[in-house]
Amino acid sequence: MTEVGTYVYAITREAGGSPPADLTGVGGAPVRTVEHAGLVAYVSTVPLEEFGEEPLRRSLEDLDWIGATARAHHHVVESVAETVPTAPVRLVTVYSSEEQVSDLLARRHDDFVAVLSRVVGRREWGVKAYAARETAPPPAEEEPTGGDGPGTAYLKRRQASLHSREDAWRHTAAQAERVHTTLADVAVASLRQRPQDPELSGRTESMVLNGAYLVDDDRVGEFTAALDALREREIDLELTGPWAPYSFTALDLDTAGPEAPDAP
Amino acid sequence: MPPRISRGAAPAAEGRLPPQRVALVDLLDRLLAGGVVVSGDIVLSIADIDLVRISLRLLIMSVRENETAGWEPTTERETRYEPVWK
Repeated sequence: MTEVGTYVYAITREAGGSPPADLTGVGGAPVRTVEHAGLVAYVSTVPLEEFGEEPLRRSLEDLDWIGATARAHHHVVESVAETVPTAPVRLVTVYSSEEQVSDLLARRHDDFVAVLSRVVGRREWGVKAYAARETAPPPAEEEPTGGDGPGTAYLKRRQASLHSREDAWRHTAAQAERVHTTLADVAVASLRQRPQDPELSGRTESMVLNGAYLVDDDRVGEFTAALDALREREIDLELTGPWAPYSFTALDLDTAGPEAPDAP
Repeated sequence: MPPRISRGAAPAAEGRLPPQRVALVDLLDRLLAGGVVVSGDIVLSIADIDLVRISLRLLIMSVRENETAGWEPTTERETRYEPVWK
């Protein structure tokens, strides 16, 4: 018999409900619930031959596999979050049994309740800002090699151009900061993620802001109006969402934290 | 999975949100860095895996050579981004 694990997608407080009848998760498996003390975990069964540590190491090198898994995970989280306040669980979290999941709900009951109460009536929005024209961070200045005449003139021109690029970059960074501060003001919580790698963002322009904002549902209009008021020629703003509150439920349980095990 | 018209229909109706599916990179931003993290008695969690060799992770999380002035360039492989609550 194939060994199986229990894959956990999300935690909610609405006991007694049931997942949409046709809701499927990773690998097309049906999603079911595990309930304990008023908390609900949405789970499905996964084969350990695919989700054990060694196979997973290989799978995580495979962008197609990651994409399919991430979309399946997200699909379940979104389906649940559409109707009830939801704490998404990090991608690829697998337990050996349902009993372990019940046990988690029992032991961390108060933490889950606290996290879930903070996201009631709120959703996450993402805002990415790109430098509208190609404003790369300036390269390190080269040492002038001295000399007079045309060489010096060239160096001066070169320095002037470096300075103007540096100024442009600083200006863009300051704008990004202003966008973030303004939006954070409308939101109940905010954070900045590392800008996405151009190889993944699919944009050649530099990303200068990758922000997440937890916004009260009744202030979304205000939030988008604030965003629109910030639109300027030099900076291109992109709104994504609404998302389940992924960035605001990053609760660490029974763990030293998500840092790499061998981190200094 | 078919495209789904998600919540936030009002902004979408105003043409703010692209109707196409969520970009994978935006999804991974959230699925790899956000959400509840559990380990301990668990079979497996992504947090338990040594991600050094994971090319995708490196691609996403790599510290780019040119960090913006004014942002703290980080040399940690795994940065914790802590939300700021009002």
